[in-house]
Amino acid sequence: MSRTSHRRRWPGDALWAWLCAGCVALSLFMLATLLTLLTVKGLGHFWPATLEELTLRSGEQMIGQPLREAPMPTGSATERLYFTGNRELTGADWRWVGVDEIVSAATPADVIRLERSPWGDFIGRLIALELDGERLTGDSAFDRISQLLALPPSERSGELVLLSPSGRGLVQPLSGVNTFVAPNALSIGEKTAIWGQGVWRFLSEGPRAANTGGGVWPAIFGTLLMVILMSVIVTPFGVLAAVYLNEIAHQNRLTRLVRIGVRNLAGVPSIVYGVFGLGVFVYGVGGSLDQWFFDDALPSPTFGTGGLLWASLTLALLTLPVVIVATEEGLARIPDAQREGAVALGATRLEMLTRIVLPMATPAMLTGVILAVARAAGEVAPLMLVGVAKLAPQMPLDAEFPYLHLERKFMHLGYHLFDSAFHGDDVEAAIPLVYATALLLVLIVLVLNLTAIFLRHYLRRQRGES
Amino acid sequence: MNAPLNAAPPVVTFPAEQRCLNVEAFSLAYGHKPALKALTLEVPRHRVTAFIGPSGCGKSSLLRAFNRLHDLNENAVHQGRIQLEGDDIHAPNLNVSELRRRVGMVFQSPNPFPMSIYENVAFGLRLERRLPKRQRDDIIEWALSAAALWDEVKDQLHRSAWQLSGGQQQRLVIARTLAVKPEVLLLDEPASALDPISTLKIEELIRNLKNELTLILVTHNMQQAARVSDYTAFLHSGELVEYGPTDQVFTNPQRPRTENYITGRVI
Repeated sequence: MSRTSHRRRWPGDALWAWLCAGCVALSLFMLATLLTLLTVKGLGHFWPATLEELTLRSGEQMIGQPLREAPMPTGSATERLYFTGNRELTGADWRWVGVDEIVSAATPADVIRLERSPWGDFIGRLIALELDGERLTGDSAFDRISQLLALPPSERSGELVLLSPSGRGLVQPLSGVNTFVAPNALSIGEKTAIWGQGVWRFLSEGPRAANTGGGVWPAIFGTLLMVILMSVIVTPFGVLAAVYLNEIAHQNRLTRLVRIGVRNLAGVPSIVYGVFGLGVFVYGVGGSLDQWFFDDALPSPTFGTGGLLWASLTLALLTLPVVIVATEEGLARIPDAQREGAVALGATRLEMLTRIVLPMATPAMLTGVILAVARAAGEVAPLMLVGVAKLAPQMPLDAEFPYLHLERKFMHLGYHLFDSAFHGDDVEAAIPLVYATALLLVLIVLVLNLTAIFLRHYLRRQRGES
Repeated sequence: MNAPLNAAPPVVTFPAEQRCLNVEAFSLAYGHKPALKALTLEVPRHRVTAFIGPSGCGKSSLLRAFNRLHDLNENAVHQGRIQLEGDDIHAPNLNVSELRRRVGMVFQSPNPFPMSIYENVAFGLRLERRLPKRQRDDIIEWALSAAALWDEVKDQLHRSAWQLSGGQQQRLVIARTLAVKPEVLLLDEPASALDPISTLKIEELIRNLKNELTLILVTHNMQQAARVSDYTAFLHSGELVEYGPTDQVFTNPQRPRTENYITGRVI
């Protein structure tokens, strides 16, 4: 009796399996949603959207890009948000329009959109291009404008004569124009090309309009440079510490305690590392360096303020446990037979370590370093204390001696994301850039992790492991 | 009748000029756990000597003591003396790396390094001194031939050693050890992880190698000890119970415990 009941499957078995599968499915669904949201919202921003010309019940004409609809605060009607540009004429880039106020809507092909600095986007019509006293209109003006826009802004001459939707004319010098498109007249192919250009400009240009426009290149560059410096610092430290803990130290209570300590360091909130970096590196070490070597520049600090070097050091400290733990796990996986084999052939401990043990642990070390890099690339909180800048006037690497300026502040993708989302004066404009930056950050971390996986596979295959 | 354990065991001795290794009252303990208890025995040059005994009897510990592998274990403490060709292997001025090159070791499971066949055999040579490539190639060919592996791998010397079969890997490890021209070769159950054909190849190799060096074999396999060894020592609980010519130990053991062990009865 008791035997059969023991053998019988627990009645909740199927339910249990479904519960587990459901959890997996939910996680996958949320991951897919996240990636889809970032991709659609981030990359969709660069697509030249169709512009609608509206006639309102009041008789007013307006042109804009429809963004989203929301119910009116009162009543059952809905209103729609349009991006209208022309900030200097209307006072705002955005306008909510009640859907029932719209008398007619059309998408005329001659509507143009241009991005200018200053004043942001203009949406309206082109009347003429005035160039050296000449007045071009129609297709010849469009051709000439695209030729002129290929030049650097300072070499462009000529002015655009524009007509706003409300019927006001204005003159815009070509030197202040960044892009010029007539989205309603474009074919899918042309739109794709413009989208590609937009993505490329986002990746390769500097930010504009208080981080609510333009690109993120300085932030990408700052992130990469900081992460490279950090890896250069953390790798030798972490590997040597792991080798000591695993290969050299006597395995006793103290080593176990140190190991637990190292593992727990990985769980310390990152802002705490930021405080440590600020107190020790920036004010302590940096302040002393300033007094010894840069006292002629005091009281303005050189190294005594946040900068690239201190940020790299702080993040190296933050990621040290990751490298140590990964390397130690790699070392522990190497069979003792390999160590004994080397020693039995007359190798000293150093020779055994450098010729057999460390090469065998290389994939694990690489994994550790790349995990550290992925963590550092996404870390924001400590950087705010030790050297990241909203807008760095100079790149930390340039043609000026000594080329690498360790004391300079730098831009960082994670901080850029935070800054453009919450500190811009035009939140609506920043939203698509926030999504695009977030997508970029996810992609960078993804690429780094994939690199780790492929490197490990490659090294293992080279050694003949399957 | 069981003779008392502390009575002097029946042990074969050799004239001084035939002795390769000489163990005098050697004790070894890991922490407080004794592994060898004041062992005394002599190993003859250019012969195959087998150590047999139940698991944990100390035969592997004795083997590893010959090239001081127990140094790797920080808890190991030893007493007594082991001499290799008259040199005390624990002498403070002795170079341990040098000793380990004179006393090579092959382990229970094949442990080729994660590199090419060529590099595996060259490993010990590279540690010792820089050789012209020509000369190194010659030694590698000689070592692989001596380990009866050359014909199987001569066209694929730069393939990863981990792709060889278990038996080939074990012969590669033997070749790797032979390449540094040791005087003694220690074999710690070298065939226990191999199939019967590979086992036979290893045994044949052992018989051929004894013309050039002294071999000591630890094995669990009675038939193997009987087939390849000239002398057999039976150890139990860290003590030497009986040591003599293999024929005598297997056909006419002096101690009942030896007889019980080799006939497979509980001791």
